This record gives sequence, C-alpha cells and structure tokens, in this order.
Amino acid sequence: MTGHIHSPDEPPVIVIEGLANRFGSFVVHEDLDLTVRRGEILGVVGGSGSGKSVLMRSIIGLQRPAAGRIDVLGRTITGVDLDSGIGVRRRWGVLFQGGALFSTLTVGENVEVALRKYYPDLSPELRAEIARYKVLLTGLPESAVAKYPSELSGGMKKRAGLARALALDPELLFLDEPTAGLDPIGAANFDRLTRDLKETLGLTVFLITHDLDTLYEICDRVAVIAEKRIIAVGTIPELIATGHPWIEEYFNGPRGRAAHAAHMRGEK
Amino acid sequence: MEEAAQYSLVEDGAGGTRLVLSGQLVLAVIGPFERALGAIPGPLAVIDLAAVEDIDTVGAWMVCRIARQHQCDITGAKPAAERLLAAVRGFDPSSDIGPEIRPVWERVPVAVGKQVFAARSGIAGVVGFFGQILLGAASLLRHPLRFPLKALVHQMELVGVSALPIIGLMSFLIGIVIAQQGSVQLEQFGAEALTVNLVGRITLRELGVLMTAIMVAGRSGSAFAAQLGTMKLTEEIDAMRTIGISPIEVLVIPRILAATFMMVLLGFYSSVVAMVGGAVVGDVALGIPFWTFLARIQEVVPTYDLWVGLIKAPVFGLIVALAGCYNGLQVRGNSEEVGRRTTMAVVSAIFAVIVLDAFFAVFFTEIGWA
Repeated sequence: MTGHIHSPDEPPVIVIEGLANRFGSFVVHEDLDLTVRRGEILGVVGGSGSGKSVLMRSIIGLQRPAAGRIDVLGRTITGVDLDSGIGVRRRWGVLFQGGALFSTLTVGENVEVALRKYYPDLSPELRAEIARYKVLLTGLPESAVAKYPSELSGGMKKRAGLARALALDPELLFLDEPTAGLDPIGAANFDRLTRDLKETLGLTVFLITHDLDTLYEICDRVAVIAEKRIIAVGTIPELIATGHPWIEEYFNGPRGRAAHAAHMRGEK
Repeated sequence: MEEAAQYSLVEDGAGGTRLVLSGQLVLAVIGPFERALGAIPGPLAVIDLAAVEDIDTVGAWMVCRIARQHQCDITGAKPAAERLLAAVRGFDPSSDIGPEIRPVWERVPVAVGKQVFAARSGIAGVVGFFGQILLGAASLLRHPLRFPLKALVHQMELVGVSALPIIGLMSFLIGIVIAQQGSVQLEQFGAEALTVNLVGRITLRELGVLMTAIMVAGRSGSAFAAQLGTMKLTEEIDAMRTIGISPIEVLVIPRILAATFMMVLLGFYSSVVAMVGGAVVGDVALGIPFWTFLARIQEVVPTYDLWVGLIKAPVFGLIVALAGCYNGLQVRGNSEEVGRRTTMAVVSAIFAVIVLDAFFAVFFTEIGWA
C-alpha cells in the first residue's frame, strides 16, 4: 500500500495485547497493550531501563516474550518462527541505535544485502542502482555510497542505517533513538528527514526516543512506558492532561518546557 | 501475492509510441518486469501510468529509468506516484556502490609504503613503550609504597595458578608423545634406553619452556591486549591519566612482573610434568619401571640443561607480556581494532619467542652447555 494516503479506519499496523517480558526473575513488561495506527509516527518514551528497546526487540522478533500476543501488519508473530517465511520481515525496516552497519561492506553494499537476499531475480545493475538511490534519498552525499562505515561520522552512520532500513520499501519503520548522539542541527535535520520520508513513502514509524524536540516536532502520538506497561498513549497535550506524575515531570520539566517553547515558536 | 506489473505499447495518432504500464509496480515483481522492459523497441513518446494500481520507490525508479533511456515524458501519474517520482528523479543513474578499486601498479606501492611507515612508527612506539616502563619502574622504586601489590598477586594467579591444569595436561601429553615416538626411532638402533636422555634433555632445555611460552601467549598475552584495549576504548585509561595515576604503573608493570615470574615456575612445572609423562610411557610400553626412569634422568641430564630452561623462561614471559600490553595500549577507534591488536599480540609474541629460542640454542651450545 506504499504511497497511499491513509485513513484512520484502516486496520492497525501493530497490535500488542498482554505482553510480558522477563529476564529471570526481573520483570520488564507485564500486561502491556499498545496499538500503532497505519501512517502515524508513534513516539515511545520512558525512563532509562524501562524496557523501550526490549519492546521493540519483541515486536521485531529478536526477543521471545514470556506471554502475550503481538500482531504486526496483520500477522501474529508471537510463537511463530520468523524464518519460516511468513514474509513480514521484508515489510519492515529497522534502524538500530548505533546504526549497526556491516563494517566489512560499503554503505551501498549494506543497503544491497536485503535486496540480494529477498529478490535474487533483480539484475545486479538495477540492484546496485536501487541501493544507491536509497542512500542518496537519506540525504547522504554521493561520495558516501562507496565508503566503509568506519569512514563515516555518527550522523552519517545513522543516515546510512536508515537507508538500509528502507532497502525493501518497507511499510513499517522502527527507529531506536535515531537522534541520540547527534548535535542539535543534525538531530533537527534527521527529524525532518524522518517526517519527509514518512510522507513521501507513506510509512508507519515506531520511534523510540529521549529527544523531546523529536516528540514535539514529528510524532503524531506518544506512548509512555512506565511501571512495566504503557501507561498512556496520545498527543502530548492529551498525555499531560492525564496528570500522571511521571508524565508531568517528563513534559513539564525544564527541558520539556524548552522543547515546547521551541515548538510553539516554530509553529508561528 | 502481488499481481505482476504489465505493459502494452499503443501507437498514438501522432506517430509516436505510448508505453502503458498497469498493475503493481513494486519491488516484489520488478525483477522479471525489468527484463521484459529491456527488450521493448524505441522510440517511445510517452509513458502512461494512469492504470498503475500501486507503486513504490523501486517502481518509480524503474519508470524514471525508462524515461531517461528513451528521453520521453511521464503522464497519468497519481499524486502518490508523482510524489515518489519526484523523490527519486533527481538522482543520477549509477550502479557504483563498491569500494574504490585502484589499479595494481598503484595499490602495491601504496601498500608497501604504508607497511614501511607502519614499521617505522611501530619501532618508535616499542622503544617509547620500553622507556615508559623503565620510568614507571624507576618511580615505583623511589616510592615503594605505591607498588600495586594486590594487582600483581591477582595477575600472578591469573597467569600462573589458573594455567596449571591446561599446561599440565599439555606437557603430560607432550612427554608421552616424545617418549613414544622417540622410542620407535631409537629402537632401530637398539638404543631404546636412550629414550630417557631424549625426554629429559629436550623437555628441560627446549620444549617445556617453549610450549609454555606459546600457551601463556595464547592465554595471557591475548587477555592483556584485550583488557587494555577495551579499557582504552571505554576511556578508562584516559580517566586514570586525568586523575594522575600512571597506567604503566598500575596496569602494565604488574602484568609484566607476573608473566615474567610465573613463566619461570610454569616452565619448570611443564618440564617436570612432561618427564612424568615420558616415565609413564617408559613404564607401560618400554619396560623401564617408572621410578627407574626418573632416577636415570637424574644421571643422564646435566644440571645446566635445567639452567638453560630457567634462563630462557623469564625472557619469554617478558616478551609475551610486553607484546600483550603494548598492543593493548595501541588500540584506537573501534572494537574491531581490539580483535586485530589481540591477534597481533599473540602472533608477534610467539614469533619473537621462537626466534629468540633459536638464538639461545646457538648461544648455549657455543658456551659449552651442549
């Protein structure tokens, strides 16, 4: 359904019901519910160690939940071997925190990996062309395509990681702290890139972040993880209206207020 | 599954050809479609996208590619398709994504030059490292209270005590192999009894210490490099320097002392266990009773064979520790470098140990300890 304008009554992209995750006796999630609508950018926030990354890893099948059910793109992925070809993996892309680029391949070759795996019938030239324009689509210069990850700066690595996540024209994009470690200008540019790509390609974005500016600027809704579950989902004014003390402190702390003020200035 | 993309060619009134695309123009079906489209004859006047049901960036790229090839216009694109076309249209078509490859006549001199400069700075680095250690040792002698005794004991345990089982097993097996294989050869001259000389002298002079040094390089030299390398990456070493603690004093000197000292004990231990292994073979296979074998060793092995082994051992220990610590502290940049430097530490330590062993062999023979 790439490139379509989405209406709110389309079926949701991710549905999580009663998710539980435990490491030994340490409980990360208990009875966690979350729904991600098609075409939205959902920001996920929570304190350090609250299980944001574990939640993402559960959704993309890297972490086997102790209980609960996760449906992604209309398929149930809990209790299913994702290697057995239910074909949902090629419909999502993942950007890991550090980029997680394959260090022995150039940026372009990194993007090519998934194309090579899933579409071996593409001609090598077309495959390389696709890989190349994907890299350029993320705003990297042409000179970066044939470079190795170790030759790139942190911000460029994130863009290269994003290009790899976009390799298969996914419907769903997972971003794990995309702006962490970037300077404010780089972070703002990356936010803009995320929003532009989402609008152009019709993506749904699941975005883990600590960056209040990102939340204000590009997220349609925000989900808050605390006390082992999602305590609230909604727009930022809706969240603040819940009056939960942690949310209150998060958005009305000095940083939260500064981000809000910046956002209001931007609106004008 | 997606319905394949289709195309048809329609002649329009003005004498041009119109390429009409329809169906799903997405990545999943683009492979066969690309081959089919490659065969269409030109020239095309227009590409018509009005009947395309779905399109992604790959489909848009494909359309732009044909348009570029035939220099024709694109019509009938829906808003979504138009957006995608606009997004990919600007990029110039190139399939150049591999690393830049220079011709051989450039690559070889460049590689050689890099090696030469690396060797030069490597030698300077090793000399500098020696200097740092000497300075660190001197300052510890002046301030004996600063001596990192706890770290030294801990390293001695790691390098020495915990290596006992594996080195014991290795030496025992080596003793067995030497005795067994040696006896087979000596039997041909009717000199089986000389197996005792063979086992006793070769383990004390050469193999005990040499094999132990190789084992210590693999166990502890690599551990030194990996530990110090990781500490370098996590900026622990910089933090020490900032506080005013010398990493040479607290990290390198205890490791070097521990490896040097423990190598002597381990080398001796290894030789003894190897002789026991030989004695077991003698008892079982050659008919020489166990205690007779050991008593014979005392008679046929000169004392200086023991000294040859014990003099070499601390030198080998020093080399292994220096290679490990030096390479660990050379780590810069990323985790890949830790692996590279660890390998380098082990390889260069073993190589240096074997080269030095050859020198020692000639030296001790020349001074009459043959």
